[in-house]
Amino acid sequence: MLRFFTIRLLRAAVTLTMVVTFAFLVLIASGDPADIIMGSDAPPEAIEAFRQAWGLDRPIWVQYLSYFSAILSGDLGRSMRDGRDAIVLVAERIPATLALTLPALALKLALGIPAGIYAALHRNSMADRAVMVLAVAGFTIPSFVLGLLLVLVFAVQLGWLPSGGQESWRHAILPVITLGIGGAAVLARFTRSAMLEVLGQPYIRTASAKGVAWRAVVSHHALPNAAIPTVTIIGFMVGSLLAGAVVVESVFSWPGVGRLLVTAVANRDLAVVQCILLLVAATMITANLVVDLLYGLLDPRLRSGKEG
Amino acid sequence: MSLVAIRDLTVGFDGQAALRGISLDVAPGEALGLVGESGCGKSVTWLAALGLLPAKAMVTGSVRLAGEELLGAAPATLERVRGGRVAMIFQDPSSSLNPVLRVGAQITEALALHQGLHGAAARAEARRLLDQVGIPDAARRLDAYPHEFSGGQSQRVMIAMALAGRPDLLVADEPTTALDVTIQAQILELLAALRRETEMALVLISHDLGVVAETCDRVAVMYAGRIVEEAPVEALFERPAHPYSWGLLGALPELEGPRRRLAAIPGGVPEPWAMPPGCAFAPRCPRRDAGCDFAPPAPRSVGPAHRAACLHPARAEACLA
Repeated sequence: MLRFFTIRLLRAAVTLTMVVTFAFLVLIASGDPADIIMGSDAPPEAIEAFRQAWGLDRPIWVQYLSYFSAILSGDLGRSMRDGRDAIVLVAERIPATLALTLPALALKLALGIPAGIYAALHRNSMADRAVMVLAVAGFTIPSFVLGLLLVLVFAVQLGWLPSGGQESWRHAILPVITLGIGGAAVLARFTRSAMLEVLGQPYIRTASAKGVAWRAVVSHHALPNAAIPTVTIIGFMVGSLLAGAVVVESVFSWPGVGRLLVTAVANRDLAVVQCILLLVAATMITANLVVDLLYGLLDPRLRSGKEG
Repeated sequence: MSLVAIRDLTVGFDGQAALRGISLDVAPGEALGLVGESGCGKSVTWLAALGLLPAKAMVTGSVRLAGEELLGAAPATLERVRGGRVAMIFQDPSSSLNPVLRVGAQITEALALHQGLHGAAARAEARRLLDQVGIPDAARRLDAYPHEFSGGQSQRVMIAMALAGRPDLLVADEPTTALDVTIQAQILELLAALRRETEMALVLISHDLGVVAETCDRVAVMYAGRIVEEAPVEALFERPAHPYSWGLLGALPELEGPRRRLAAIPGGVPEPWAMPPGCAFAPRCPRRDAGCDFAPPAPRSVGPAHRAACLHPARAEACLA
């Protein structure tokens, strides 16, 4: 178990390093923060002063090393735009994002899993076909299209719900639905195919041949096995709780982490971008680790593999 | 009275006939072998009898267990019969056990359903069953998962699970096909021993005549969804009447005498969508004549308790040469 965690931690460190390096290179290569933040008509002396203040006049590899060593000592840097700590800027936005993504996750699970199970149990029925058509529609429509569509219908035409902003819980309804539908569709398809795979296994026939009632065959023998592949996709959804709403937050002008990321990228606000990327990568890695531990819990074959 | 009486059982999948009218009796306590090549309907017969086929299967005919009709019976009736009166074990024991449940839980599930045993009593009985089927260290092995058992041991667990309902009939569907030869012999021996101890009937489905010869009292030979010959084991081996049965026996190697080429039956089994109107074996049969193409021959008596569905059954061993 200790070996398992050590390997996972080392791998996580490598992943984080790669994320940081990649973001650094892309942001530096794609535009000078001084030009963008000060504006192109700023006097050259002011721009030069800004570059010196933020160390942008040094060679790129020196900038990279100093940035990297700062991260290692726990300093995620300050925003070039307003000088505040990047971590504080980002942390302020987290509750708003979670206010969308947590209910959306609940919606995905509550819709997707039962729909997938139902479709699998009634394979090739009208209900199955309907669920699958909706699911394909659900995950092929890009979230910005779906979001705009919902705004058009429920905010503009019917006037039932606000089209953007964060003033009340009613403002969250449309973005949550927009986020939830795509995930529910993916989960429904995944759950359905996992269930179909399991229902075709010989041990399901054994359970029936033993006299177990069909409901119990499904709940006691099929679901625990189908849960194993489904947990992977749920883990992925949990991992994207922080970064999964970038587009939707922009569509609905919701002041979360996603919108902060969009602004920070546009401004080449390196520290803020890096801080968000690190946070997102760390959530992903943690979610994956939890999924791996869950596998062990759900599947005895993996459990003994790890111990042995 | 027979324990199980199957009459005119037919099964079709998507309009293709898989069983084309099976009538078969199993007497209490007897061991019946069901032989034939893959796809001839041996397993389908029993899956249909217990209502275990997928919903799209079209099943007609009658299956009576001690007089009670099983085809179209209510789910509650079938659940009581399955495992409780007729238990079934399968070809691939390793994938027939649920990988995420401890074997103890899988056995006690059957005990709870059919004997109303729970908790410590169920566990004690499960331990006894594992003991009975020859799993060493049974008490500890109850907590093991299926992947911790070898193929042969998994089949023993399956048998223990089948015994949990104290069935009147055990249907063993190719129980040794996936196992090594030595393990095969052990499992067959176990089945024979359990039959002596419990007096349950056994239907042994196999494509291996040798396996059937060792274990069974009576044999039914199936070909293309029909029973073509039914006889006591010795009678079938000594005086096979249906040309298909001679073919099967001719394909067996002999232990004594000079080495010879094993005889293969020429041709292949007709596909379900291209069944000949008469005897399904006619296209491959050395004794075929015009009458064989007219209609499938009805089974008729060719000896004591020996019936063959053939217009020209052999009555002498000479056919084997």
